[in-house]
Amino acid sequence: MNFFEKLIKGLRDTLIITRRNLVRYVRLPRLLFFSSIQPVMFLLLFNYVFGGALGGSIHVPGGKYIDYLLPGILVQMVMFGGVQTGIGLADDIGKGIIDRFRSLPMSRLAVVAGRTFADAVRNTVVVLIMVGVGYLIGFRFHDGFANAVAMMAIAVLFGYALSWAFAWVGMAVHDPETAQLASFVLIFPLTFASAAFIPVQTMPSWLQVFVRNQPVTFVADSARHLALGVPDGGATWKILVWCVVILAVFIPIAIRQYKKFTA
Amino acid sequence: MNAFEVNHLVKCFGKLCAVDDITLSAPENKIFGLLGPNGAGKTTMIKILSTLYVPDKGSASVLGFDVVKEAEKVRETIGLAGQYAAVDEFQTGYENVYMTGRLYGLRRAEAKKRTHDLLERLDLSEAAHRPVRTYSGGMRRRLDVGASLVGRPKVLFLDEPTTGLDPKSRQDIWQIIRELVRDGTSILLTTQYLEEADELADQIAIINEGKVIDTGTSDELKTRLGGDIVEFELSNPSDKEQALELVRKFSHAPNYDENSHMVSLPVSGGASGLVDIAGALSQAKLQILSLSLHRPSLDDVFLTLTGDKPRLNQPEPKTDRRPHQ
Repeated sequence: MNFFEKLIKGLRDTLIITRRNLVRYVRLPRLLFFSSIQPVMFLLLFNYVFGGALGGSIHVPGGKYIDYLLPGILVQMVMFGGVQTGIGLADDIGKGIIDRFRSLPMSRLAVVAGRTFADAVRNTVVVLIMVGVGYLIGFRFHDGFANAVAMMAIAVLFGYALSWAFAWVGMAVHDPETAQLASFVLIFPLTFASAAFIPVQTMPSWLQVFVRNQPVTFVADSARHLALGVPDGGATWKILVWCVVILAVFIPIAIRQYKKFTA
Repeated sequence: MNAFEVNHLVKCFGKLCAVDDITLSAPENKIFGLLGPNGAGKTTMIKILSTLYVPDKGSASVLGFDVVKEAEKVRETIGLAGQYAAVDEFQTGYENVYMTGRLYGLRRAEAKKRTHDLLERLDLSEAAHRPVRTYSGGMRRRLDVGASLVGRPKVLFLDEPTTGLDPKSRQDIWQIIRELVRDGTSILLTTQYLEEADELADQIAIINEGKVIDTGTSDELKTRLGGDIVEFELSNPSDKEQALELVRKFSHAPNYDENSHMVSLPVSGGASGLVDIAGALSQAKLQILSLSLHRPSLDDVFLTLTGDKPRLNQPEPKTDRRPHQ
């Protein structure tokens, strides 16, 4: 096979695997229902539980906490979505499905790429649902349609980049529960010690050093900038660089892990 | 050309060598049985031959293709049905086989046709469009075998294809295996069921702790054991050492089972061997509860060769669903 044929076969295999991973949501609609109800629950809890306490101290156009909250919580949810990539792969390893795939004359990239694509599609659906529910409880975009789309795209892109990192984690630990625990140990500090929910200046100064320089803050600031028109302080290009770096690092090591692992 | 060939193959996980210097080969269009208890190295052998593991030392090839250097060629040649039915719960039986066909590189129409034919042949047509999660264990295993066949593999690896199945489902799988060989497929089958190896395999290799203990046809292995087996049960377990010492002049490999207090040993000369042993026991005033003579089965071959009790009809319950090493 020449390079071109390999590329075509790789793309075709990736689409086959993507489809396989998405079929479950069609077959088992309650899976889709419950995987989107959790983000909506987070959105409602944060808005109505913390909103009263925080709303007054947060100044955004319109002055509503929901406007501030939605972009941040969207970021957290696409990160949770990324974790699913690792859990899904670990689960497939446990069931012997990855062994079957690895014994087939198929692209060595397709299984992981197909999984990350499927999770990006699911993340897109979750983002749309959250924005829809957000609209019902008072959220509004303040900076035009194009930026609204860009805001959702940047959240999904960040989730996609993280999917590759969690894919590597999932295949390295090859056990769904460990994959979940290992991933959340990373996710919780990153999301809560960020600008996702709370303005950075309210935090102790030693923590601010970390918060101001980590990717979740950049993606939250960028999403807020695109949704509300507030200045992003360079966060948008920073997060784009982060996404490229994460992908450049984790695609090769995830694929290497896929080829080599001996579960 | 051999269906597969391994030369001084070694694969270790840390200090444990699951495959420890194994050399074997199997002719084409035959069933080769790899027989051994859990942890003997059967699955590791299959995983090396199906390109999932890279061997530490030695070489392995399938139809002349090296599993490391020509892995892609090997993958085009083989089918693998692993120890667990590797089918997707959420897809239908049809979709599982069709997807595998497409991943083999088949065109849509061809994948469709083969899927249809395979499901028919495996008696899964009626359930074809139901999600696999509604299938019974036997149906899943048949479907898994079906998925491994859609690429029309010349060499098929079946890792414990009937473990955990009821007798009817096991017969079904056996029937499929026989038909495949008739149609020209070469099969490597692992099993911990002696009966299964006896029934199906043209050639058997008994492996234990990563090493080949003996190879041959089922008949050869039985004959090599030296014929008949004498078994007696001690009424007093503390006589064990004395009894074993006593019978060593009849056979160098007496076996003692701690649970049943049974001593068993191969003897030559059939009934006269039995009389000799009875005489020796009574002369030594060893009390026994029973004494019998029987023809060897593969169980006895196994027992003698490995000094280990094979798991006959009750494989260990597998709570951990991860493929083990």
